[in-house]
Amino acid sequence: MKKYVVQNQKDTRSGFGEGLAELGKENPNVVALCADLTGSLKMNEFENNHPDRFFQVGIAEANMMGIAAGMTIGGKIPFTGTFANFSTGRVYDQIRQSIAYSEKNVKICASHAGLTLGEDGATHQILEDIGLMKMLPNMVVINPCDFNQTKAATKAIADYHGPVYLRFGRPKVANFTPENQKFEIGKAVMLNEGKDVTIIATGHLVWKAIEAGQILAEAGIDAEIINIHTIKPLDEEAILNSARKTKCVVTAEEHQMNGGLGDSVAQCLARNFPLPQEFVAVNDSFGESGTPEELLEKYGLGASNIVDAAKKAFNRK
Amino acid sequence: MANITQLEKTASQVRRDIVRMVHAVQSGHPGGSLGCADFFIALYFEVMNHNSSNFNMDGNGEDLFFLSNGHISPVWYSTLAHSGYFDKSELATFRKLNSRLQGHPATEEGLPGIRMASGSLGQGLSVAAGAALTKKLNGDKSLVYTLHGDGELQEGQIWEAAIYAAHKKIDNLISTIDFNNRQIDGDVSDVMSLGNLRQKWEAFGWEVLEMDGHNMQNIVDTMSLAKSKTRQGKPIMILMKTEMGQGVDFMMGSHKWHGIPPSDEQLANALGQLEETLGDY
Repeated sequence: MKKYVVQNQKDTRSGFGEGLAELGKENPNVVALCADLTGSLKMNEFENNHPDRFFQVGIAEANMMGIAAGMTIGGKIPFTGTFANFSTGRVYDQIRQSIAYSEKNVKICASHAGLTLGEDGATHQILEDIGLMKMLPNMVVINPCDFNQTKAATKAIADYHGPVYLRFGRPKVANFTPENQKFEIGKAVMLNEGKDVTIIATGHLVWKAIEAGQILAEAGIDAEIINIHTIKPLDEEAILNSARKTKCVVTAEEHQMNGGLGDSVAQCLARNFPLPQEFVAVNDSFGESGTPEELLEKYGLGASNIVDAAKKAFNRK
Repeated sequence: MANITQLEKTASQVRRDIVRMVHAVQSGHPGGSLGCADFFIALYFEVMNHNSSNFNMDGNGEDLFFLSNGHISPVWYSTLAHSGYFDKSELATFRKLNSRLQGHPATEEGLPGIRMASGSLGQGLSVAAGAALTKKLNGDKSLVYTLHGDGELQEGQIWEAAIYAAHKKIDNLISTIDFNNRQIDGDVSDVMSLGNLRQKWEAFGWEVLEMDGHNMQNIVDTMSLAKSKTRQGKPIMILMKTEMGQGVDFMMGSHKWHGIPPSDEQLANALGQLEETLGDY
């Protein structure tokens, strides 16, 4: 099992904020909109440096999506910022018609996704957003795993023309991917080559997958670990290459089992190379208040859950 | 000086196109389309500075128009065709398979003149506010125009955008409401009354004008007045009094022609009331 060094513990939302601040300096067409959550989204630096390109829209997310769509006409690249819940479910029809169907170059940047929002509880812990967004034609869906990767993704999506959903979170998590990495939309990252089971993870659960890989190695199971930061378009080639080698798959995500990364991988396997697959995801329930780590444990998203799923998949071969 | 007679003749042809398009495919929304024909012709042939021969999505240096109540697509399509955005023969494809003229306006098929899908109501004012902001950022002195249904004002997003546009002093935006007091289920005043719209928009910080949507001279004059009031710190709202189904007697005076097509006999009756001025498509 390849060793990964944790550089520090950092929140992915700060990666977004730093990436956006750099974009502000590098790309004059980038504009940012926020619905009364500037501090939570870490958009302050962009706001302070580029007040003319920062648009506070108040607590009116539907309006924000429409404004962003309109701002693309004339060449601006709007980045919207609010919580994941208010970036998707609350404004689904606005995104569907004015952004996705109209093919507008809007970057929907969503923080506080998933259970690890923590104490605020289920009203804010959206676990359906990946599914909502990946169902929309024209929409790219990205869920980076740590600070460095979120920063790189934020910068990369400015160079891609078309609607993007960028999902990140609130808690400080292990920051282990390279600083100043090149981020390729739709290109999976191989974290560990193995032969016994493929673990495909996204977002915060990528680090959990690495922890699980170490435990599995001690138990004599050689796990291949893939970071799928882009859920759509899915890197099917990377998944199938690995699946053909290991013959069983585990998916891991901080999202509902219905509609998430696991579904996308299962669909890919069913069409190309059917295999045993186990799903580490929230099983058709809402979350609740608690600390991020408590919630991940209670809802079955910890490293031990990935270990158990990997063993189960391995035994089903 | 506007040639009012010529504008009226063009509007008559657009009304013929509308009833023929909706009849041909036996679906679509003739009532609101007929009611807004005069406005569209004034807008595209007199008011806006736009380039119909070389359409591009960004529209830099041009005035932009967003139709928020997308269901009245027939009047927009006919107006765009007569303005030169595409050949009027394409109007025959309206609502048919593989057409660029979708039931509600869309960008996906690449129809020149359309910059935003609409149909799900209440979204166009936000979009227009965004486009107007970009024009300001770009130093583009052109204007942004929108049209909304009055029933559409029941959507909450309209009022989010109303607050925002006033707060941000988006004063390069001229919006118009098709104030016909009709919606699908009945009169707006019965379904969900809008109260005093002038007072509402003024209270939201907008400059409000009123015009007669079936008096071409008044439309041209009011739009000109509206333009003169831009860049004074306020967005502009025009309350345009119209009659749903205007120009076809049996479609007027009721909400029932909002979204149903005429029969063969009704088509003949309607066309008998509308002069063919520029040749049918």
